[in-house]
Amino acid sequence: MTPLLEVRDLNAWYGESHVLHGVNMHVQKGETVCILGRNGMGKTTTLRSIMGIVRQRKGTITLGGRDLIAMPLHRTARTGLGFVPEERGIFATLSVEENLLLPPVIAQGGMTLDEIYRLFPNLLERRRSPGTKLSGGEQQMLAIARILRTGATTLLLDEPTEGLAPVIIDAIGEVLQELRARGMTVVLVEQNFRFASRVADRFYVMDHGQMAHEFPVGELSARMGMLHETLGV
Amino acid sequence: MPMIFGIPVQALMGQLLVGLINGSFYALLSLGLAVIFGLLRVINFAHGAQYMLGAFVALLVQQWLGLNYWFALILAPLIVGAFGALVERSMLSRLYKLDHLYGLLFTFGLALTLEGLFRWQFGASGQPYAAPPALTGAVNLGFMFLPLYRGWVVVASLVVCLAVWALIEKTRLGATLRAATENPVMVQSFGINVPMLLTLTYALGAGLAALAGVLAAPIYQVSPLMGSNIIIVVFAVVVVGGMGSIMGAIVTGYLLGIAEGLTKVFYPEASNIVIFVIMAIVLILRPAGLFGKEA
Amino acid sequence: MADHMQTAATPRAAAAAPRRRAGLLVLVLIALAALILAPFVAYPVFVMKLLCFGLFAAAFNLLLGFTGLLSFGHAAFFGGAAYFTAHAAKVWGWPPEWAILLGVAGASVLGLVMGAIAIRRQGIYFAMITLALSQMFFFACLQVPFTHGEDGIQSVPKGVLFGVIELNRGLNMYWFVAVVFALALWAIWRIVHSPFGMILKAIRENEQRAISLGYSVARYKLGAFVMSAAFAGLAGGMKALVMEFATLTDVAWQMSGEVILMTLLGGIGTMAGPVVGAGVIVALQDRLATSNVPVTVVTGVVFMVCVLLFRRGIVGELADTRLGRLLGLR
Repeated sequence: MTPLLEVRDLNAWYGESHVLHGVNMHVQKGETVCILGRNGMGKTTTLRSIMGIVRQRKGTITLGGRDLIAMPLHRTARTGLGFVPEERGIFATLSVEENLLLPPVIAQGGMTLDEIYRLFPNLLERRRSPGTKLSGGEQQMLAIARILRTGATTLLLDEPTEGLAPVIIDAIGEVLQELRARGMTVVLVEQNFRFASRVADRFYVMDHGQMAHEFPVGELSARMGMLHETLGV
Repeated sequence: MPMIFGIPVQALMGQLLVGLINGSFYALLSLGLAVIFGLLRVINFAHGAQYMLGAFVALLVQQWLGLNYWFALILAPLIVGAFGALVERSMLSRLYKLDHLYGLLFTFGLALTLEGLFRWQFGASGQPYAAPPALTGAVNLGFMFLPLYRGWVVVASLVVCLAVWALIEKTRLGATLRAATENPVMVQSFGINVPMLLTLTYALGAGLAALAGVLAAPIYQVSPLMGSNIIIVVFAVVVVGGMGSIMGAIVTGYLLGIAEGLTKVFYPEASNIVIFVIMAIVLILRPAGLFGKEA
Repeated sequence: MADHMQTAATPRAAAAAPRRRAGLLVLVLIALAALILAPFVAYPVFVMKLLCFGLFAAAFNLLLGFTGLLSFGHAAFFGGAAYFTAHAAKVWGWPPEWAILLGVAGASVLGLVMGAIAIRRQGIYFAMITLALSQMFFFACLQVPFTHGEDGIQSVPKGVLFGVIELNRGLNMYWFVAVVFALALWAIWRIVHSPFGMILKAIRENEQRAISLGYSVARYKLGAFVMSAAFAGLAGGMKALVMEFATLTDVAWQMSGEVILMTLLGGIGTMAGPVVGAGVIVALQDRLATSNVPVTVVTGVVFMVCVLLFRRGIVGELADTRLGRLLGLR
């Protein structure tokens, strides 16, 4: 079966510095794949290059057979790709509801506003307040919810649990389970692999701008030695 | 005759009205500057020239096509807005990656060119443009005679200013604009064509300037220099208000116009410079401007 | 504005230093020779006007090129000094050296006041504030009696320099202007290469870093602003004596725009650029004065072209050629 998202020999640069050195990965439709790795190994850059936010990139990226490399940034989202950045990208001058309604709907099958408020009751309560008045966990929920409304079918999630309390992390885990149940494809970057092991089907381990290892969730315990070594956990 | 502070009420009200009229133009123009600056981070020095273009479009469509004031009111913003879009797409957009001062310098060059071309074609002196027949004459308000056209200008500018404010603060499109002001890359990653948004924003700003130009045509004379005379004052208005807030730009425009009008009553020698003096005082007391957020 | 002005200190550049120094010497000698020969091949008045504007642009560049501050109000210093000098020479009968010094002093005081207000904001706001303040000065000049409003101060006497040299005679005025020009440019060069100038450049490259290093950035900026105003005043005062008049043209905002264009066209942040740019613009205006093409259209178009395609200016582009590197331009 051909993968939904395929990345071949991806190289990327920030100005002069060469960050990705030939990344290869593939993601099947409906799969949740997690990228592990220490800081500075290129995890975030991989997501940002796939999305097209990093423009200095070479190689092949296809989503459902469509080439993403030559595409302008505002077209990429129209292929069904949604991106939730590490810093969450909540707009301070917009209310919670305005933040939710900001991304245009790109395909049918997205959640309605009512469905979103049912899944995230906190957001309903605070829909009139400015986006940045939310707590870190609520901002993360808002950042994910915002993409769910658009009908995006593939979600790029950068460290959604970073800096959040365990209760909130559990809640985000539940949201990811819900997404999987809806058939959403997810590429997740995580440092917290205990969290990741609950939601991911498959893992990549990044090292120095390349995918160094790949294994399904079932092999996680067998791989602990390697993970300790490469991740320093 | 009734007096206030030793000034006849009639004269006081007359100058207040003049101040309100000037304030209407300051508000419209500084609003346009603030809208453009918010998203493009460009100070549009050509704003004065676009205001002048608006007035000339009114004059020329009347002379060449026989179209009246009301057509001009719609046509001028469209024509000048389209011209603005063309300039943004073909030239100005190449400068966004650079220091913002280059945008200022480019639009300054554009202003000089436009002004020079119109001076070349039409001479430096002003040409009269008649107010539409429906708005000639005056009404007696009891304490003064209000020329109808002047009343119309005040009302029209107020309505346009509030409409633009509502567009930006209360609509989905406005929310997109505000978001793009904060983080254009993020907005573009949602699938919104931000370069197009920038072009439309510049066109909107230029169109607003042109609209102000048509409104001004029957009050001041239509002359190639009308834009550069007003734009520097509007810069001072913008410095006083701070460009962080749309409402701030509008309110400051009216207030400073009125302050200028009152100065004409009490100390006419200073009426040309009072806005600059206020700017200096505000900078000393509150460097970020009255409504400014950024330091 | 710093994006094209860095000179990378690579080892190769360091090795080329003695050669560059020799190249620089050659350039300076050529420039001095040109200064001496110029009045015999061109109209002295034209050359003097060019030198005045060259000095004006060099003074402006001290602020834009070496401190990174874009002033849109330098006409106030140039034109203000022209009025002060003209008034002192004509009404009070002061000798030229004192009349010019009064112009410089007046411009410095103006610079101190305008600078103190303008440096409270940065970047684009700084530019708009200087523009607004200079416009205020323009209106003041329009209204106060000593400037004679629209007429300006006409037929200003050149006077007798140091009580012995009659500036009206032969090329005396030319030699006076040439010497002042050369000395002033040398002084600007010294300022740029002094420790003070290094700190200005540090502020231009990264203001926050300069603050964190403990420099009182505001005071350095104000210092640079006042010096730039003073040299602009020197240029304006001389111009009043050369042309024998001072008018509103010199304090108008168009003049502030012109000096920006001269600097941009010649090369921001280069020593020779502003003078070259001034030469081109003054020559261009001279040509256009007799044609029916309006000057502002041409200057406006040159402005746009420079900003879009030619941001390093003539000298900046030249410095990047082999000959330029050999001569140690920049």
